[in-house]
Amino acid sequence: MNLSVKWLKDYVNINNLSIKELTDGLTMSGSKVEGFKSENDKIQKIVVGKIKSIEEHPDADKLVICSVDVGQNEPLQIVTGANNVKENALVPVCLSGATLPNGTKIKSGKLRGVLSQGMMCSLSELGLSKNDFPYAIEDGIFLLEEECEIGQDICEAIGLNDTIIEFEITSNRPDCLSVVGLARETAATFNLPFNPPTPKVRGCDGDINDSFKVDIKTPLCSRYMAKMVKNVKIKPSPRWIRERLRASGIRPINNIVDITNFVMLEYGHPMHAFDASNISGNNIVIRNANNGESITTLDKAEHDLTDKMIMVCDSEKPIAVAGVMGGEYSGVNENTKDIIFESACFDGASVRKTAKALNIRTDSSIRFEKGLNPLCCENTINRACELIELLEIGEVVGGTIDIQNFNHSKQTITLDAEWINNFIGINLSAGDMIKILQALGFEVKNNEIIVPPHRIDIQHKADIAEEIARIYGYNKIPISTIKGKADGALTETQKFKQLVDDSLIALGCSEICTYSFMSPKEYNKIELPLDCELRNSIKIQNPLGEDTSTMRTTTFPSILNILSKNYNNRNEKAWLYEIGKVYLPSPENSLPSEIDKITIGIYGNCDFYTIKGIIESLLNQLNVYGAEFVESQGMPFHNYRCSEIMIDGKVLGKFGEVHPKVAENYKIGIKTYIAELDFSTIFNLKSKSNTYCGVPKFPASVRDLSLVCDESILSGQIEKIIKSNIGKILEKIEVFDVYRGEQIANNQKSISYKLTMRDKARTLTDEEIDKAIEKTINSLEKINVKLRLKS
Amino acid sequence: MKEQINEIRKAAISQINSCNKTNELINLKVKYLGKKGKLSLLLKQMGSISPDERKSVGQLANKVRNELEQNLEQKMAEIKLIEQENKMKSEKIDVTLPGQKFQIGNIHPLSKVMKEINDIFMGMGFSIAQGPEIETDYYNFEALNIPKDHPARDTQDTFYINDNILLRTQTSPVQIRVMEKQKPPIRIISPGRVYRSDSVDATHSPVFHQIEGLVVDKNITMADLKGTLELFVKKLYGENSNVKFRPHHFPFTEPSAEMDVMCFSCKGKGCSLCKGEGWIEILGCGMVHPKVLKECNIDPEIYSGFAFGLGLERIVMRRYNIDDLRLFFENDMRFLSQF
Repeated sequence: MNLSVKWLKDYVNINNLSIKELTDGLTMSGSKVEGFKSENDKIQKIVVGKIKSIEEHPDADKLVICSVDVGQNEPLQIVTGANNVKENALVPVCLSGATLPNGTKIKSGKLRGVLSQGMMCSLSELGLSKNDFPYAIEDGIFLLEEECEIGQDICEAIGLNDTIIEFEITSNRPDCLSVVGLARETAATFNLPFNPPTPKVRGCDGDINDSFKVDIKTPLCSRYMAKMVKNVKIKPSPRWIRERLRASGIRPINNIVDITNFVMLEYGHPMHAFDASNISGNNIVIRNANNGESITTLDKAEHDLTDKMIMVCDSEKPIAVAGVMGGEYSGVNENTKDIIFESACFDGASVRKTAKALNIRTDSSIRFEKGLNPLCCENTINRACELIELLEIGEVVGGTIDIQNFNHSKQTITLDAEWINNFIGINLSAGDMIKILQALGFEVKNNEIIVPPHRIDIQHKADIAEEIARIYGYNKIPISTIKGKADGALTETQKFKQLVDDSLIALGCSEICTYSFMSPKEYNKIELPLDCELRNSIKIQNPLGEDTSTMRTTTFPSILNILSKNYNNRNEKAWLYEIGKVYLPSPENSLPSEIDKITIGIYGNCDFYTIKGIIESLLNQLNVYGAEFVESQGMPFHNYRCSEIMIDGKVLGKFGEVHPKVAENYKIGIKTYIAELDFSTIFNLKSKSNTYCGVPKFPASVRDLSLVCDESILSGQIEKIIKSNIGKILEKIEVFDVYRGEQIANNQKSISYKLTMRDKARTLTDEEIDKAIEKTINSLEKINVKLRLKS
Repeated sequence: MKEQINEIRKAAISQINSCNKTNELINLKVKYLGKKGKLSLLLKQMGSISPDERKSVGQLANKVRNELEQNLEQKMAEIKLIEQENKMKSEKIDVTLPGQKFQIGNIHPLSKVMKEINDIFMGMGFSIAQGPEIETDYYNFEALNIPKDHPARDTQDTFYINDNILLRTQTSPVQIRVMEKQKPPIRIISPGRVYRSDSVDATHSPVFHQIEGLVVDKNITMADLKGTLELFVKKLYGENSNVKFRPHHFPFTEPSAEMDVMCFSCKGKGCSLCKGEGWIEILGCGMVHPKVLKECNIDPEIYSGFAFGLGLERIVMRRYNIDDLRLFFENDMRFLSQF
């Protein structure tokens, strides 16, 4: 909303306020100022001049030399190429050193050998158009027809001296999308008298009701008022109207259209003017459009209509899209004789939907969709008629058509000063509160607050509290701390997540943050089988593009994309992790499952056992014990380098080397390892017991076993046999060497284990250890694992 | 005999003085003071001298022995010192060579600041609540006093799964979920992802993070809201931070406000960081709308509360002078390793 300060001054006297005080104050009372600018802030040293004489240029056919009186001792000599200059004409003159609104500087100089001491300006050089001064021509010097004095500042002379304040008005305050609304706010904010317009229409003989009829055939139009003006004289509006429209950012068109716009800006309630001769049957009907009907709007665009849209129609066809835009056919033009003014109230949601469907947003639809009160129609239409009479451009026919379709009861709220004081934390008397409310247009009778019709947002005493707080001043409200007890602590799950973060960072992985949605093509890139249930993902109805169309069911594409970006940005190494969600569909109309996954992805200076080590260390830090690693397969993993992690038959997750095909799909040219672990499964397996078990008092016995076996035998199998044979006294088992080569047969390998054995209560004897080892070796031999060395 | 003792003394002292190795010094000790050393051997001849003389010779011998022992000890200490020094000298290293590299990962800047903010509020007694990212229209809009066709829905371009289910556009639905489950007193924050269908550019992302806050109890006032949020800002930006509260509108709070913090760069004068305004908008807040409390079966006549919501990305961008939001989601190691 752009507000003309000149216009504001019509209704509230702000002469004692600087523009800074005004805008700061309004921002702090709730009408946020985005900025302000003066129309003339760039224009310098341009004055009114009078052309005294015109002579031909000695050396140029198309140039003339003017002698221009600018109120100085001597007239200026100015050379121009314009051919509309006349002796005695008043013109805008740039003195030497002048600045035009576009920043151009004008200096005196020679034109074809003749001194030119300045420049005469056209409309466009002043940043104006024919809409602002309809009598002027576009391609020539602006010959002034204003009342002005020679030497007067041009901005003063032509009224180009307004200040425009730009507001960001919140959606609950459509009343502030108007000069009157902002004037009321200004008066209340600065405790100044508010002098709103009070339209009075004299009217002529006759009654519109005798010749014209309005029918409302929809509950979505709560009021329709119409007045008729006969014998209108269509011409440009007077300067003061044009100035105010220009400052508000609306192009002046002709007096009737300008009046409808002027009144809309003034009251915030849109209106419309129809050419009465184009309303077939002298009947206006507010109804739903019929499917298949169409309308060409004032902007000359043709629209197909549906039965969800409310139209203003004549007896045959739609003549305006209700609350959005008028039709071209019924619009006012230079030949219009009689007009019908409309001031109506249409349902906000309906206007919003229609405007959206037709892809038109207008000053009218913006106001309607926020909700307007039918009680505001009256002032609007009367003001328009008053302006007709004031400008003497037509005869306002007596009588008014006023079809009402709404409940007249006014919103009332009991003033509960104590509640408001407690709610806000202030201590104002009821009297002070009433003063604030009255300044904002509320009436208060016997502690009952009557909400004015323009304040559709006020429904509850909390709304009243806001009115009082914002005018009193938010920054005058004291500050205090919350009373009462509260315990701020992380939940067990949150602590666990924190521990996962800390552990993975300590293990050298950096946290990443990826999108939750992805393109469905990613499932192909990770080579998921076509029947894989993970392909069944939640789809977004209105994605921005394919990339945001599917909620991920797996985090592998996310991490692979990031690894790929890093690899292709030539980062030698990237060890990354993310704790993020996957989203799995649930039965219709229940919310999907959101499952936390710990995703790890690494390349550079690592192998399979690096990521395994990261996972093992992580689980250890998390007090999750007894993980078994089971050979596994499936995309996106390498067929022979993939493992599932299991505890007590529960799968914690899966990890391994990225399948070469997948690596190729993601353009990763280096061995890469990824893991996806299920957060809550791991959390639930966290060991509950966490007691101290004493530093050992008795020494440990350590034995090394080097074993030889077929490649097909897994170390995991061997460890299981060792554990079950040695039993409780086995404290630790570590692999310290895996060897293939000389001395070992083909397809065989040697694995060396270091076994640490200890009894809590006594020193173990060599004999019992030897016996345990012997037993172990015998068991191992049964699966063809043979002893190579023992020490 | 006394002369002989003095000679031994003289010879021993001179040899001790010129010695500079520990093993040589030990040999000297044996040579002069050992059981078969020169002094012992000489004293074995004590029997051959007169008893009168014996006493004074004995005294002299003891004196010399003590003196030599002292000399030896002193010399030993000197030599050891020199030998240690020499050993260390041979061990000299180049301290400017690099230290052993330990690889430690980095926390994502968004998490880093989010944790900082969580900690500040936990210190004020807030707990952390979480809610689903895929939400129903009811929790994201209706229950927050944003009915269908409310103009506020225009400013939040929503990703829909179907007519009723959507990607939450704000963390505010968590307020409703908490109030449904928990009776006052309530004091929570809820950090998390939110979604809006904004095309990606330097300042927009379809995924971003908000931190929601909610306090509900008896006698909660707007003064409490101001006090809490001002304390938060002072902890986040420093004791000297200034804030101001501007009236604003949110459908689910009444009164509503936006909180601005005085620009850290220009201290309110106006600069490019604050776009000339001198203040930077940090968060939206307000007193929980009584309609919203009622919707959650909390009696607004007994309880009141305040709520606030802030966008994490913008705070992190200002904290680290990051000029492009996309960097957060590109996760380049050269970016990540700076936090």
